[in-house]
Amino acid sequence: MFDEKDLIIDARHITRRFPAAGGKELTACNDINLQLYRGKTLGLVGESGCGKSTFMRFLVSLDKPTEGEILFNGKDITKLKGEELRLHRQHIQMVFQDPTNSFNPKMKIRDIICEPLLNFKKIRPSEKDAVARKYLEMVDLPEDFADRYPHNMSGGQRQRVAIARAIVLDPEVIIMDEATSALDVSVQKNIIELILKLQKEKNIAIGFICHDIGLVRSVAHQIAVMYLGNIVELMPAEDLPQKAGHPYTQALMKSVFDINMDFSKKIESIEGEVPSPLDVPPGCPFQNRCEYCREKCKTDRPLLKEIYPGHKVACHFCQQIGGMEK
Amino acid sequence: MALLDVQHVDISYGNRLTVKDCNLSLGKGEICAIVGESGSGKTTVIRAVLGLLAGGGKVTAGDILYQDKSVLNLSKEQWNQLRGKEISMIFQDSGAMMNPTRTIGKVFVEYIRTHENISKNDAWAKGVEMLERMRLPNGDNIMKSYPFQLSGGMRQRVGIAMGMTYQPDLLLADEPTSALDVTTQAQIVRQFMELRDEYDTSMIVVTHNLGVAAYMADKIIVMKHGEIVECGDRERLLKHAKTEYTRQLLDAVPSLGGMRYV
Repeated sequence: MFDEKDLIIDARHITRRFPAAGGKELTACNDINLQLYRGKTLGLVGESGCGKSTFMRFLVSLDKPTEGEILFNGKDITKLKGEELRLHRQHIQMVFQDPTNSFNPKMKIRDIICEPLLNFKKIRPSEKDAVARKYLEMVDLPEDFADRYPHNMSGGQRQRVAIARAIVLDPEVIIMDEATSALDVSVQKNIIELILKLQKEKNIAIGFICHDIGLVRSVAHQIAVMYLGNIVELMPAEDLPQKAGHPYTQALMKSVFDINMDFSKKIESIEGEVPSPLDVPPGCPFQNRCEYCREKCKTDRPLLKEIYPGHKVACHFCQQIGGMEK
Repeated sequence: MALLDVQHVDISYGNRLTVKDCNLSLGKGEICAIVGESGSGKTTVIRAVLGLLAGGGKVTAGDILYQDKSVLNLSKEQWNQLRGKEISMIFQDSGAMMNPTRTIGKVFVEYIRTHENISKNDAWAKGVEMLERMRLPNGDNIMKSYPFQLSGGMRQRVGIAMGMTYQPDLLLADEPTSALDVTTQAQIVRQFMELRDEYDTSMIVVTHNLGVAAYMADKIIVMKHGEIVECGDRERLLKHAKTEYTRQLLDAVPSLGGMRYV
């Protein structure tokens, strides 16, 4: 579904282990292979603690994987150091969940927006005002906001400033870590529209982390579902909800409250919570919450396999599930 | 007879009028959802019902009747009778409302012994029983844990277990699922619905998630800038919203069957 020449980031076999108390190891990401393409959005869904932010932090070079490589335009960025790394950072920018904590409260909006440009000596300090106004206009904020401080703005406005700061360096990739989760639904919709407008104009690749599968489906081209550090399903977003293959993806979908749903129906949701990533069971990571768990699932770890072009599922029984007993 | 009747209430913080002319009436076993954007005054309304307005907030006009008696001028003793026993509240993050240096058990036992004259051991047993009824297996262990040792979903269940100990007639929930994952949110919502089925508890749920509001509530109140924009039965409001603002809110809810932007 994607053009190979648009491939911009190719993450191969990414594994990250953290040392934990008692000599144990915590595997936050386990052999993850994902690609980002120019002008396309990859949505990464999963519950808290599944490793989705850990993975995206590698793409922004905030952390390094234990194993694996990340090719950005064909070059491995996990090996970059010093000045080379600093210069590389301008190509990949990030928007954080909480726009209140991601700004310095003592800086004016003008300085916040222009700081990246000054760091890379793209503008002179005297040009700051004009540049800030230009970018404020681009994110649909009044130009005189340049003189404000972050606390004088609403959450939605702050998130727009965060987006402005992310695009000033003309990055090729933007990572959005739950960028709309702290916002009201109506504001969320406006922010999403802004992001997608900018994506079209500048042909940016977006990595979109979110726990709301309904929202991801509406903004992403491709969706990766993550559970306990593993990618369990990778599919084109337009195939949701009908073609979701993995029981976990289906469980996520059943947990969505939709204003058009049948309210008399009892809400179905998987029981229990994600087990601790410190003792991931052998076999399928989802086994103890899966309604269809069989003997095989307890011993063999299912690998991602293609069930039709562009759609991969890591489940032994994903093609029989419709007819299986719970 | 309505259990709770909020009549033409104005609420101010200092000189700033925050909620204007709020009306709400709730019968036995009814669930009402208040939705709106942040800063629309939805939390202020339910805090006023429990007499817990923060920072010098005051009801400046109108009246709030609980079982036909005004709650505006109750004494401290009268509130103690009401709060926690007849009306309880569940917060967005039940962990944050608890003292981080004390175990769940300590807080829970204190809570029970404030309302009932029983021994510490009996109170402990009662706490464990409530936790297990809220589907928290191994209640004894949870009583011995500190709030930070539990996950968000477990903390929220502890909050619900505490709130439901005396089977209150009215449960106020302030964004009870907003801090949770979708799967946990679904579990907690289901639990709220079971409470209503089991104990006939009336509830006011404040939420910004219209999907949750629509699933839980019998009637929905939409607030904006401190005023009620629209209120009505769920079916009517969802299908035939009268105001533009309600329609906008409804349109903004991401849906699995809805439109895609890309």
